[in-house]
Amino acid sequence: MIRRLLNRLVAHLDGYLLLALALLVLLGLVVLYSAAGEDYHFVTRQLMNLGVAFGVMWVVANIPPQHLARLGLPVYIIGLLLLLGVALFGDISHGARRWLHIGVTRIQPSEIMKIAVPLVLAWYFDRHSAALRIKDFIVATLLLLVPVAFILKQPDLGTSLIVSAAGFYVLFLGGLSWRVMLGLAVTGAASMPLLWSLLHDYQRQRVLTLLDPTQDPLGTGYHIIQSTIAMGSGGLFGKGWLNGTQTHLEFLPERHTDFILAVLAEEFGLFGSVTLLIIYLLVIGRGMVIAANAPTLFGRLFAGSIVLTFFTYAFVNIGMVSGILPVVGVPLPMVSYGGTSIVTLLFGIGALMSIQTHRKLIQT
Amino acid sequence: MLFGMKSGTVLRDNQQELHHFRVRLALAAAFVLLAFALLATRLFYLQVVQHEHYHTLAENNRISIVPIVPNRGLILDRNGVALAHNYSAYTLEITPSKVGSLEETINELADIIEITPRDRRRFKKLLDESKNFETLPIRSRLTEVEVAKFAVNRYRFPGVEIKARLFRHYPHTELFSHVVGHIGRISDRDVARLEEEELLANYRGTDHIGKQGLEQSYEKLLHGITGFEQVETDAGGRAVRTLSRNPPISGDTLYLSIDSKLQALAVKAFGKYRGSLVAIDPKTGEVLAFVSQPGFDPNLFVDGIDTANWEAYSNSPDKPLNNRALRGQYPPGSTFKPFMALAGLELNKRTPSYSISDPGYYMLPGSSHRYRDWKVGGHGTVDLHKSIVISCDTYYYGLAVDMGIDNITSFMSHFGFGRKTGIDIEGEQIGVLPSQAWKMKRFKQKWYTGDTVSVGIGQGYNLATPLQLAVATAALANGGQLMRPRMVRSIQNSKTGQTRTLPAEILDSLPIKPENLERVKAAMVDVNRPGGTAARAGAGAEYLIAGKTGTAQVVAIKQGQKYVESQVAERHRDHALFIAFAPADNPRIALAILVENGGHGGSTAAPISRTVMDYYLLGKLPKEEIAKEFTEPGAEHD
Repeated sequence: MIRRLLNRLVAHLDGYLLLALALLVLLGLVVLYSAAGEDYHFVTRQLMNLGVAFGVMWVVANIPPQHLARLGLPVYIIGLLLLLGVALFGDISHGARRWLHIGVTRIQPSEIMKIAVPLVLAWYFDRHSAALRIKDFIVATLLLLVPVAFILKQPDLGTSLIVSAAGFYVLFLGGLSWRVMLGLAVTGAASMPLLWSLLHDYQRQRVLTLLDPTQDPLGTGYHIIQSTIAMGSGGLFGKGWLNGTQTHLEFLPERHTDFILAVLAEEFGLFGSVTLLIIYLLVIGRGMVIAANAPTLFGRLFAGSIVLTFFTYAFVNIGMVSGILPVVGVPLPMVSYGGTSIVTLLFGIGALMSIQTHRKLIQT
Repeated sequence: MLFGMKSGTVLRDNQQELHHFRVRLALAAAFVLLAFALLATRLFYLQVVQHEHYHTLAENNRISIVPIVPNRGLILDRNGVALAHNYSAYTLEITPSKVGSLEETINELADIIEITPRDRRRFKKLLDESKNFETLPIRSRLTEVEVAKFAVNRYRFPGVEIKARLFRHYPHTELFSHVVGHIGRISDRDVARLEEEELLANYRGTDHIGKQGLEQSYEKLLHGITGFEQVETDAGGRAVRTLSRNPPISGDTLYLSIDSKLQALAVKAFGKYRGSLVAIDPKTGEVLAFVSQPGFDPNLFVDGIDTANWEAYSNSPDKPLNNRALRGQYPPGSTFKPFMALAGLELNKRTPSYSISDPGYYMLPGSSHRYRDWKVGGHGTVDLHKSIVISCDTYYYGLAVDMGIDNITSFMSHFGFGRKTGIDIEGEQIGVLPSQAWKMKRFKQKWYTGDTVSVGIGQGYNLATPLQLAVATAALANGGQLMRPRMVRSIQNSKTGQTRTLPAEILDSLPIKPENLERVKAAMVDVNRPGGTAARAGAGAEYLIAGKTGTAQVVAIKQGQKYVESQVAERHRDHALFIAFAPADNPRIALAILVENGGHGGSTAAPISRTVMDYYLLGKLPKEEIAKEFTEPGAEHD
């Protein structure tokens, strides 16, 4: 009886993903304890975040993909309305308008779009899979660009990047022509000067800082300089857990959130950071297998987008902390402190699990 | 066209669609692997290839070297009385880089602790001069109550703290201002000089440096060696823990040869007069007293003098900032005569018995210009002995002309005239020892015999500092050895505790025939006896004083006019001079005294000398009656 109940509980979970996630979470908590200055406060808060996020994952995993697909449009529309609300009534924090008060709590609607955009695009493509025309790609592009424009306006470079990526992956996997992609790339490159002029000062500064962090060592370059020092000084095997001088003497900024990789690299060295890369590859690899085997176009596109978005998080964060990409606010997936991104990520993982575990039901 | 197939083509083949998807997914997977390989390469580069570099940076990040300023060496008199010492006091300090609005912070501080407009001005001045990240004092010498008041409100003032600092203090204020000098805040020029001498590293954390006097000339010894602490700091610059400590070495203690009681007595003896006194031990060149009146309060200069005090000092007609002993150049007047007499004997231009008949003036052959003696009608028959005792001008006019300027120049140079004495404080003037070359250089004119005449009585172009006169007198006292004058007698090494006595240094040695020296000394002794120009000051002395009075003209007197002291404005009166050594048979002290506008050497300068000698040789303090006599113009003449 109990065994059956237990079986029901785990029926829609994927063992490989769960194992890889468990490793990530474990590593993340160990590093977080050090990054937070050996304070249990952050660890317990993160545990609570994880609890909620795994709950979300479990729920999503149990929703059949076709139901998820039907949620696409309503969620997308609600998200868009909320984004409009943010633009009109949002709270300003750190110079950006990202938060919206709803009753007791405040939410970041741009986060919803990380799921809603690929969801609605996959749903749209699946619906029109019988005859995909040029019109459909134009509609899909519009569905993608409208929320991205809102998010860029807030401004939130990191989130708009993730949302665009998530949407683009659907288009790419859905079969966007190479010529169009090439055309877009050329147009993009050509419009760089225009884009540059549209960027906020702080965003431009971040790009310039990437090119030469020493130019402004106490201002925007400080983050990159200190994180590269932390990582580089870690060496092959690191300074040991809780022994990172850059971390514990507070040279490293945002060390428990976006720059937590520097803590890992300082205390566990190349060994630690490569281990992290391998775990990420496990997650991504499993996700790709799920996408490849998904029975419906929706499942394939949505799963593929989720996996590649997950990869984008990791790549952009590691790239920025190690100083090869500009500093944009993208957390290290499953490791950085903070509830929002983990809930979003595990929603995606939950969807992967759902796509994987509801496969047979559809096929039969 | 947009799709992987022809535009508008209906896609029905599920297998083909899946195949297309998988191709795209495989491409994406390849991209993921490539991206991760890029990341791994970057990590490898940072963590392995560049590890050393970043390791060093991380160490530099966390470890900072904090200088520990050494205690400045003390300056003590010969008996161990402190002339310059340090005391610890609390200061309220602001780190401007950590404070939002300086103006606001200071205003808020002013509500709990008194901050005067002067404090604000001084702070502003320091702020302009300071480098970043330095803490600057806004108020010094906080009381216990003020410290407590601030402690309670501390949380309101980030970037403001109370520090215990050592302060330099000169307890005797004016008395030793021209000896000890003072320290002051390090200026840009000081920094440039220290950099040139490669001493700047030793001044990390040090705010003050010797600016004048012994504080300046013995700076290197007084400053000591800065220690340092290796401290692990966090990103906010707060020290987390000390890794290693290299203690500072305090500056050395200077023991002066000056006796502070003697100095005080000499200053008191000057009374209202301005002037200078330098007393030297003729055997060693040690300075026993070094007076320049008036003095100033060196404490005012330590943290930058305020405008009001500065103007009061610099505008005062008494010129308290002028070190008269070192830099005041006066005609030596008749105090030059004993040296001239000795030169006459040594160069065989005069014999002791040679005498002149003094009509009260001297005329060069073939000239009608009369060089007048101070005594109208003259002194009658005058030989060498009498010429000194009664200070006959006519005798020396003739002697100077007979010797010629070249002989005078070369002989007097051996007594230190016209050259640096080499005393151990900076800034001394060399006076003027006239010579043909000097005149040509200075006035582009050849030397005339008429110029030589007045040189013989220490007037004309002659100029000497009181210090030079004292050194020359000491050389006369010790038989012709020009000793380098020194204020510092010994130096105690703060590290070893060992005291090193500085050796006496002979700058020049003139082999003088003893009998010639005795002739001059004997005459100088009689100056202080009845009939001599300083008879009153020498009355009742328990030891033999050899001395010579002098006057230096402040305003030139026209031919045929007589100088009447009572008719001349106070500041136009002659300067009174006196040189002396005692006991004449075995000199232990030699001195030179200049009293500005004091009139005659015998009446104002010689009594000061007596007070100093009585105390130094006998330990006797002056009686009130003697003290009173100092200021009364006497009947005696030069």
